[in-house]
Amino acid sequence: MSPGTPSPETQGRRTPGADLPDHPDRLWRSAEPKRAYDVVIVGGGGHGLATAYYLAKNHGITDVAVLERGWLAGGNMARNTTIIRSNYLWDESAGIYEHALKLWEGLEEDLGYPLLFSQRGVLNLAHSLQDVRDSVRRVNANRLNGVDAEWLTPEQVKEVCPIVDVSPDVRYPVLGGTYQPRAGIAKHDYVAWGFAKAAADLGVDMIEHCEVTGLDVRDGRVTGVQTTRGPIAAGKVALAAAGHSSVVAGYAGVSLPLQSHPLQALVSELLEPVHPTVVMSNAVHVYVSQAHKGELVMGAGIDAANSYRRRGAFHIIERQMSAALELFPVFARAHVLRTWGGVVDVTPDASPVVGLTPVEDLYVNCGWGTGGFKATPGVGWCYAHTVATGEPHPLNAPFSLDRFTTGKLVDEHGAAAVAH
Amino acid sequence: MSERSERTGGAAAQPHRREGASGRVLRFRFDGREYEGLEGDTLASALLANGVRAVASSIRLGRPRGVYAAGSEEPNALVQIEEPFPEPMLQATTVELYDGLVATGLPGQGRLADRPDPARYDAVHAHCDVLVVGAGPAGIAAAGVAARAGARVILADERPEPGGSLLGTAETLDGRPGREWAAEEVAALAALPEVRVLRRTTVLGHYDDNHVIAVERRTNHLGAAAPADVARERVWRIRAGRVVLATGGHERFVAFAGNDLPGVMLAGAARTYANHYRVLPGRRAVVFTTNDSAYAAALDLADAGVEIAAIADVRQAPGEAWAARCAERGLEVLTGHVVTAAKGEGEVSSVEVASREGGQAREIPADLLLVSGGWTPVVHLFSQAGGTLRYDEELGAFTPGETRQAVEAAGFARGVRTLRACLEDGAEAGRRALAAAGFAVPAGPAVPSGTAVPSAGEEPAAAPAEHLWLVEAPGDGGDYGTHFVDLQRDVTVGEVLRAVGAGLTSVEHVKRYTTAGTAHDQGKTSGLLTGGVVAHALGVDVAELGTTTFRAPYTPVSFAALAGRDRGPLHDPVRVTAMHEWHVARGALFENVGQWKRPWYYPRRGEGPGEDPGEDMEAAVLRECRAAREDVAAMDASTLGKIDVVGPDAAVLLDRLYTNMMSTLKVGSIRYGVMCRPDGMVFDDGTVIRLADDRFLVTTTTGNAAAVLDWMEEWLQTEWPDLRVCCTSVTEQWATVALVGPRSREVLARLAPGLAVDNDSFPFMTWRDAEVAGIEARVCRISFSGELAYEINVSSWSGLALWEAVMASGEVTPYGTETMHVLRAEKGFPIVGQDTDGTVTPQDLGMEWIVSKKKADFVGKRSFARADTSRPDRKHLVGLLPEDPGVLLPEGAHLVETSALPEPPVPTLGFVTSSYRSAALGRTFALALVSGGRERVGERLYAPVGADLVPVTVTSHVLYDPEGARRDG
Amino acid sequence: MLLIACPWCGPRDEAEFHYGGQAHVAYPEDPAALSDEEWARYLFFRDNPEGLFAERWSHTAGCRRWFNAVRDTATNEIHAVYRAGEPRPVIA
Repeated sequence: MSPGTPSPETQGRRTPGADLPDHPDRLWRSAEPKRAYDVVIVGGGGHGLATAYYLAKNHGITDVAVLERGWLAGGNMARNTTIIRSNYLWDESAGIYEHALKLWEGLEEDLGYPLLFSQRGVLNLAHSLQDVRDSVRRVNANRLNGVDAEWLTPEQVKEVCPIVDVSPDVRYPVLGGTYQPRAGIAKHDYVAWGFAKAAADLGVDMIEHCEVTGLDVRDGRVTGVQTTRGPIAAGKVALAAAGHSSVVAGYAGVSLPLQSHPLQALVSELLEPVHPTVVMSNAVHVYVSQAHKGELVMGAGIDAANSYRRRGAFHIIERQMSAALELFPVFARAHVLRTWGGVVDVTPDASPVVGLTPVEDLYVNCGWGTGGFKATPGVGWCYAHTVATGEPHPLNAPFSLDRFTTGKLVDEHGAAAVAH
Repeated sequence: MSERSERTGGAAAQPHRREGASGRVLRFRFDGREYEGLEGDTLASALLANGVRAVASSIRLGRPRGVYAAGSEEPNALVQIEEPFPEPMLQATTVELYDGLVATGLPGQGRLADRPDPARYDAVHAHCDVLVVGAGPAGIAAAGVAARAGARVILADERPEPGGSLLGTAETLDGRPGREWAAEEVAALAALPEVRVLRRTTVLGHYDDNHVIAVERRTNHLGAAAPADVARERVWRIRAGRVVLATGGHERFVAFAGNDLPGVMLAGAARTYANHYRVLPGRRAVVFTTNDSAYAAALDLADAGVEIAAIADVRQAPGEAWAARCAERGLEVLTGHVVTAAKGEGEVSSVEVASREGGQAREIPADLLLVSGGWTPVVHLFSQAGGTLRYDEELGAFTPGETRQAVEAAGFARGVRTLRACLEDGAEAGRRALAAAGFAVPAGPAVPSGTAVPSAGEEPAAAPAEHLWLVEAPGDGGDYGTHFVDLQRDVTVGEVLRAVGAGLTSVEHVKRYTTAGTAHDQGKTSGLLTGGVVAHALGVDVAELGTTTFRAPYTPVSFAALAGRDRGPLHDPVRVTAMHEWHVARGALFENVGQWKRPWYYPRRGEGPGEDPGEDMEAAVLRECRAAREDVAAMDASTLGKIDVVGPDAAVLLDRLYTNMMSTLKVGSIRYGVMCRPDGMVFDDGTVIRLADDRFLVTTTTGNAAAVLDWMEEWLQTEWPDLRVCCTSVTEQWATVALVGPRSREVLARLAPGLAVDNDSFPFMTWRDAEVAGIEARVCRISFSGELAYEINVSSWSGLALWEAVMASGEVTPYGTETMHVLRAEKGFPIVGQDTDGTVTPQDLGMEWIVSKKKADFVGKRSFARADTSRPDRKHLVGLLPEDPGVLLPEGAHLVETSALPEPPVPTLGFVTSSYRSAALGRTFALALVSGGRERVGERLYAPVGADLVPVTVTSHVLYDPEGARRDG
Repeated sequence: MLLIACPWCGPRDEAEFHYGGQAHVAYPEDPAALSDEEWARYLFFRDNPEGLFAERWSHTAGCRRWFNAVRDTATNEIHAVYRAGEPRPVIA
């Protein structure tokens, strides 16, 4: 062969798994807003779309508009790291997240859309003796709640994910981890579009580039929304505006216990498979999986200061890389291809607010912080119930606004982040 | 093969190398074959010199792909470095060739090394008045003006040598080749004291307040010869007063059938290979262009010996000067023509050209097809900085608009076309930067001193470009299936049309539907093309459609570079006490508590090999516990947080922060206290020592020392600035030895002969200053074990001496945190963070006694009156005794009421917070937080452990010496 | 990484500071007199505007002083910094 001829190694090679399933030939048509709807959903992200779908499917309410200020599912739905799990500590959390996980398990079929839902398991690593206690406590709580969970020794962690460095001589050695085999990842755009298409097929209007600029409230009751595309009357208004919830709820004079912060994530180039599961480590602030095409997907920390700028500070990425390499030395020469940020709405107890508001017919779903994606079908289901019936679903009843008054918090934050 | 590799250099070894190329010969391996290249080559130029056309294969379709560009915008030629150390997915166009390089072409996925990376990485901070990004003509001009006026300037460029576009175009300045001009200019700048020139440095992110992140590749180009003690890559964290982005442009291609075949190349890239690398990327070329720039490329290549078969120009009227030059040279210019297809098996062998007005297509044999679809300013960093973009009709591309930050673009990055204009524009940007930085702006020529810029006549007047995104000839399949818009992601016009047909109207949606623009190159050559095709399909204007978001990093950056030095022991600071070396020598195992290393336990080592393996943890802890309860033992307690609280209002502050009263504490006495957050949940606990009327020493838990100091300062400064109090951390100023056990008094008496240690002279919860082992010390009679105990505090400098003195007689047993935990748990003393979790009140812990009823208010008080904090079924801290005294409950086990588990969900009653084997009790025991626990004392509950339900009895949380008889010895 | 002008030390990197959330939220004069709703409002509810926000920072790795800033949360631009106890400046 002459030097110019492609060698057999290069010629005609294909990368297994680097291909994704095609999207369907027809998705949804961006609708023109009508003058009135039974239900207006503010926010066309995953939660808004899932709510619209279950309103139509479970409750037969199809005179519904989903209003999105940008392009559909272009907010946090397009920006998260797609981890799905239900191994939460408190019974209230386990209830709604496990409901979501069960829905995930049948969702591809239900929506008739490939979601690349991959139950590859999630490992949460423990790095201190207190981490170990907290982890075992969570595993045992999960089991009582019917959530699959195991405690793994460092050796077992290594078996599940061979590239984790479990040697004892690193700064914060891995002392073990919890493992939820049914947890995993999905492909976010596919999920959003699956819900959007299914809802649109049932008659829901998808209205893009339509920003809500006001809420009409008369005698303590919401009657419609003001938008950049004109006023729209509504029997009920359901907020699903994530990081912008405070702003939108403020139009009706409703204040929410939220602070909005940038949260960053990043991907590497496409790599041959090295990472078979999802690894999370709260102590060293890493969560990473290897997505379907082969890119490493990692979440970084939250910026401390409030901001609506979808851009975090770079030192947070640098810090996260050092933590990642502590756990995964083989990542050293992988490359960061792209970083991005979303705006997450965080509550004082790191649990969401889903339910009624002081304004009649105005409902709120917010405060999911960094955990909203995994809840998508579960919260869509429960929120649709809440909006349709005017009463919270039993699974979202603990996440009412008035828990901040009584003190009955669902403190995932307090239980997960304590010093000793 | 061996014969080949014996040869050194020469045209025969590199058949596409131009005559007159010089440089050291370098050997490398690609896809299993040996090749030679020249110093100064990239892997791409060396492969082209050797006639290698297909470098990689495409990710989805497995199509062969060749070198398309000549810089960091390369979409196609992705390689894996194998030697000297595996590195995934680099562009062959940015890999500098070195001796011994081994690489393979990639089929879409890179491969990580399976061994640790031995290289070093680091980071530095830099500040400057002006940061200039890009050392092309505009950048050099801007930096020159700023630097010569005395400003602190950083000039960063991603390539190994300065010059930017001049490297490829071979234009002359001052009668010198542009490359030489750039080298001399930059060398002169680098010699100025306030100037830093960073070569091989990519500015990858532009953040708020002109915080700019760059990565310098310092030793990559040296291959195996890279010195091990020099950081391979270095992150520059630059805070710039003003940023000038002289980042130039990227040429884009056009969507036509087969536009991905090896042999199709951007015209400007081919020009760079011919001029700069002295490589001919083909022998016979067709040129396809929408603008004048490709003419210069065609002429340069013709000069270099490439046969230019035809120039297909989509316009009816190319620049007159260019047409004339082509005519002089006998080059055929086909105006109003497009390339409808590149054809060939695995590489280009012919090009199909047709008139835009129809008629018979003409097939022209060629091995090279040069494409220019116009030039796109590199606006990535400007956009990242929050700048808006506007569409420039003439350019057919987005250029910088408004920005809030102190940043501006210069030269082609803002659409300035000619070399002369770029030099002037750069100099103007330099002046503005100077003015903004408060320097006097020098008068004088518009461009750097001594530079003779090209006169108007030398640069042909440009004819307007025509913006063509797509050649509307669907190709053989009729589906636009080989009209690629994103080469790396294998996205075709056909797929864009399908996305639009599915109802998508946003370029972001189309990007996600097709994955266009998401690959390694982040759409540098394809982003605008994709937008153009989408706009075409939707029948809207590109300007209206906008762009997708530009995100950092500009080019991929290694994880290791960003991690820098913060790895291994430097990942987080390690804090050790003054006695640490002693613990290590004694064979202690350590526990990480926050950043501290604390001795966990001290296993007795085995005596010799074989029979005696030494102690395990259980045996060691039982022994240490027995020593503390029955004899005398000591622990290094230096890590406890210590805060000096001083001032006339110190007592007022402490009364407001602790749940109990501190102002009534007498000088010389000590009181235990608990702090809550405003929500009423326990935040920290510790002892408070009153040193004087206006002076207290507060101790905190090890992990919360900084948080408690922050807490005090926050309240003082933001709520109670009227209080005259100062708080100072003295954690590291004191070393502390806890001396515990019935014989502790005897040991202390011996060490401190001047101290009256009897119970009346030195009662519980008091402190005395004394000389202990000849060291000035403060001795506190406090106990975290229930035993007679003392805490001896000395200056850290004397910590080791004190410890050694305590240990000298050999009768005192050292113990670690595990034994401390067992001893305190036997007494029911909670550990904040272990027996509390941020949802526990003092009342939950059975400490109503510490919540003052007298004080009008303290932080947390109001929350105790809320509905939830007064529920009777809150979780209380209780003791648990497994019915089988040998069974040790796992910490974290839950508790249920029933002896058989029903179907989930099963409500939990609570969970085990602490669980130990007790030497004193002769059995196992546990502490737990149990719903309504205090009302359940005596009840039997069950702990699910694995498949079993372990029966336990609920008891008081105080299991040992409940009457407190032992503390006085 | 914001550049924050500490009123005592001058401009420093954000990494030197600790964030303290909304400014000018005073600890209630008499918490016992508040209803549960009012107490909950003090404990858990803070403004979260998209736009100008008066917020607290502490220069923890510097002078350790708390101070206030008015920052636009939509752009991260800091319009003013001022010492604790000073009134919020009016931003045009």
